[in-house]
Amino acid sequence: MTRLRQLLPFALFALAMVATQGLLRALEMEYCLTQLTMALYYAIVVIGLCLVMGYAGQVSLGHGAFFAIGGYTSAVLTTHDFSRFKAAGWAGGLKQLHVFVGQQDLFGNQIMTVSPWAAFFAAMLLTLVVATLIGYPALRLKGHYLAMATLGFGLIVNKTVLGTAAFGAADGINGVPEWTLAPGLTICGKSAARVSNYYIAATLVLALLLLLRNLLHSRVGRALQAIHDRETAANAMGIDTAAYKLRAFVLSALLAALAGVFFTHYTAGIGPSEAGALKSVRYVALAAAGGMANLWGVTVMSTGLNYLSLRGLFGSYDHAVFGVILILIISIAPDGPLKPLGKWMGGLASRLRPEGRREHGAA
Amino acid sequence: MALLEVENVRRSFGGLVAVDKTTFQVAPGQIKAIIGPNGAGKTTLFNIISGLLRPDSGRVTFHSRPVTGLKPYQIARLGLSRTFQNPSLFLRMNVLENVMVGRHSRSRWGFAGCCLRWPGQPREERNIRDTAMAQLDYVGLAPLAHCPAGALAFGQRRMVELARALATEPTLLLLDEPASGLNTKEKEDLGQLIRKIRDRGVTVLLVEHDMKLVMDLADDIVVLHYGIPIAEGPPSVIQSDPKVISVYLGGEVQADSAGGELSAKWSQSP
Amino acid sequence: MDAGNLTLQYLLSGITKGSIYAVVAIGFNLIYSATGVLNFAQGEFVMLGGMVAVTLAHFVPLPVAVAGAVVIVALVGCLLEVLFFRKLRHHSVLHLIIITIGLSIVIQEAALHIWDEKVRSLPYFTGNEISSIKLFGAAISPQVIWVLATVAVTVAALHVFLKFTLPGRAMRACSSNPEAAMLAGINIPNMRTLSFGLSAALGALAGCVISPITMTHYESGAPLAIKGFAAAIVGGLGNPMAAVLGGLLVGVLEAFSVSRLPAAYNDVSAFAILLLVLFVRPHGLFGRPGGEAVREH
Repeated sequence: MTRLRQLLPFALFALAMVATQGLLRALEMEYCLTQLTMALYYAIVVIGLCLVMGYAGQVSLGHGAFFAIGGYTSAVLTTHDFSRFKAAGWAGGLKQLHVFVGQQDLFGNQIMTVSPWAAFFAAMLLTLVVATLIGYPALRLKGHYLAMATLGFGLIVNKTVLGTAAFGAADGINGVPEWTLAPGLTICGKSAARVSNYYIAATLVLALLLLLRNLLHSRVGRALQAIHDRETAANAMGIDTAAYKLRAFVLSALLAALAGVFFTHYTAGIGPSEAGALKSVRYVALAAAGGMANLWGVTVMSTGLNYLSLRGLFGSYDHAVFGVILILIISIAPDGPLKPLGKWMGGLASRLRPEGRREHGAA
Repeated sequence: MALLEVENVRRSFGGLVAVDKTTFQVAPGQIKAIIGPNGAGKTTLFNIISGLLRPDSGRVTFHSRPVTGLKPYQIARLGLSRTFQNPSLFLRMNVLENVMVGRHSRSRWGFAGCCLRWPGQPREERNIRDTAMAQLDYVGLAPLAHCPAGALAFGQRRMVELARALATEPTLLLLDEPASGLNTKEKEDLGQLIRKIRDRGVTVLLVEHDMKLVMDLADDIVVLHYGIPIAEGPPSVIQSDPKVISVYLGGEVQADSAGGELSAKWSQSP
Repeated sequence: MDAGNLTLQYLLSGITKGSIYAVVAIGFNLIYSATGVLNFAQGEFVMLGGMVAVTLAHFVPLPVAVAGAVVIVALVGCLLEVLFFRKLRHHSVLHLIIITIGLSIVIQEAALHIWDEKVRSLPYFTGNEISSIKLFGAAISPQVIWVLATVAVTVAALHVFLKFTLPGRAMRACSSNPEAAMLAGINIPNMRTLSFGLSAALGALAGCVISPITMTHYESGAPLAIKGFAAAIVGGLGNPMAAVLGGLLVGVLEAFSVSRLPAAYNDVSAFAILLLVLFVRPHGLFGRPGGEAVREH
């Protein structure tokens, strides 16, 4: 019974996703699904950031960079022509294993690239290594060095991409091939695949939320929460605080990179602005807007706000809007706007009923 | 064979020497108390033993293993648990979850297993919950299990912290002023509970200002004065130790009433 | 030009930039000591200083424009503290840091909308871009002398202020022991406001003197903030004067790495230095482990 009640929000989320698609179809606005799909991928980054901010109690300003590392690794490996290694024995072996695949480039030439699946695993591995290297020194220190270290790291990634021809410099990489997850399930930006891609993204978000819910309601989740609340006491209770913070950070970086890989295949390309500090700040703002330690709040807020931003609603104030959201949320409602809003509504309801008011006064 | 040995420990902050030349042992099954006026270095000593602070020199041995330089969580895993002077609960969790954190070092599933609810993990989770519940029951707070920790009264917080420390299944329990902020009734209950814990086979080392409680409870007492131990022995000996009396009370008081007078004097000291 | 001269040239360029990083680092330290907050908007003070001075310079003589910019940005700094930090002192340090991140973006975007995305600069204080002074065989712009002299005077003045004046001592007291300072009758909130104002003023001054050399742009703040932070870390956070050495070191290292790497990777090396220092000596080159840098918030 309790298990059923725990799963209820997930069922509601799935239902809402289906209802949205149905509504958009009825309104003949299914083109909106494209931005919604992108917003869902961005939401994965924010959900991961939730783990770092809401549970490990640290700020990362490098999640845009991890998203970019995922995306760029995938984009480079799946578009770069490795034909010159064709003759080498190891390349043949890798081709047997479907690590290398033959395909046509934009001009119709036959080239040999890394398969999307192999590129995905390469991206994850690279992120794992990089996140560990950044997090290890920064998280051993008390205070908030992680924020600065990740901000510096983000700018390194951004500038490296901008300054390197192999990454397409300011233009980014285009022509990233589609990624067939399973027969009939292909990540690509074709309008025919719009609906299926929307459901791929929604399912991915749902699955990740379920996994993270399990994690947070376990000894690991309690350990992370304990670290956030009282690090000293957590340590004295036998929790290896430095290792847990690092693992939470790395896991969260992996989620960002995962989102980056899917996003890049979906939009068939990636640009240097994804690694920019402004993107990373936006993720922090969205995590704050969702209440930080609130997976559902974060998912809803970040999907919603990113969707509006992608539809161009904020115009030339796009970045400023997120900065203002960040400041307002933290100064007025640091636990996210949803909680006080709920309280306020509850208070309003009891004030409207005279009996309720008296009850309130007595309590 | 002593369970805990503190040998010639010294620690200073800037120019201030908080603990110096401190040597004592805690035998298994004992209730041992450290007393001394405020600023005598008692909490510093606790922090050194539990690994929160490193001593400048000297060593601490627990279960015949040197633990100086180990991290607090490593020492905790060896079977040493503690409470804090100001109850240090995780305020965004409920009471039961707080105690469940105490089971951390006695459970093993990691990130991946917990994400996937790997076979065996849910069972471990139930075990953690049941054991934690049993500890809460032991300190008499089972009815408050689902209360937010932040909503508890001060005395209750102390009890939750104690349950959390017990949940780690310690062989040595460090209690930092467990009776401060408790009323007379609560203090009596606490005394009984500490005895019960000792009878379970857990050795107890406590810092306490309440002389009545200490004299009732402790098998052995160490007196610290400006970070240096000046006397050690059973309560009867300490109560009549001329050095303790002369240092603290200027020798004005008769030895036989020293217990009560010490208590009165020390609770006034800044 | 021989190799020795070239080295000297790089060294001078490194010291020039490094002195600016040093000023930013001192700004970091002032606010960090007084409030425990890492102020991510520190670089924006530098950017604002340059921007405001460029605009004022259209209407008033240069020295007045610089002075005006410093005063205006200092007021902005005080205002930010009063508006966002004074009321929120019960918030966790994490929250305060996040607010400075938000402020940094908002200030940047505000600058973009008040001015535009064009690169601006103040005129050279004396001479122009082609005039140069020979120093030990290296040709340097007179503006470099301006930068070095201004920074030297500022640092010396700050030192005197913190060490010998009443408000300066009060500020130091606040950072080393807030409770005792409060008991001694020091108004801690005012000291915090002062730390923001002073920090903003320093940043603005640096922004003005460096503007002719590096130009001012609405996005030029963030990289300065990171390099200034690197300088603060190298010197050991909580130690304003060691930050000067830290700044110079970061500047010189950056200048020499530029000589080896393509220009596009200019900032990459500087940030890599930051990460390296965090990795190897998080408590700073001059700090002691277990000191201020690793205190818990």
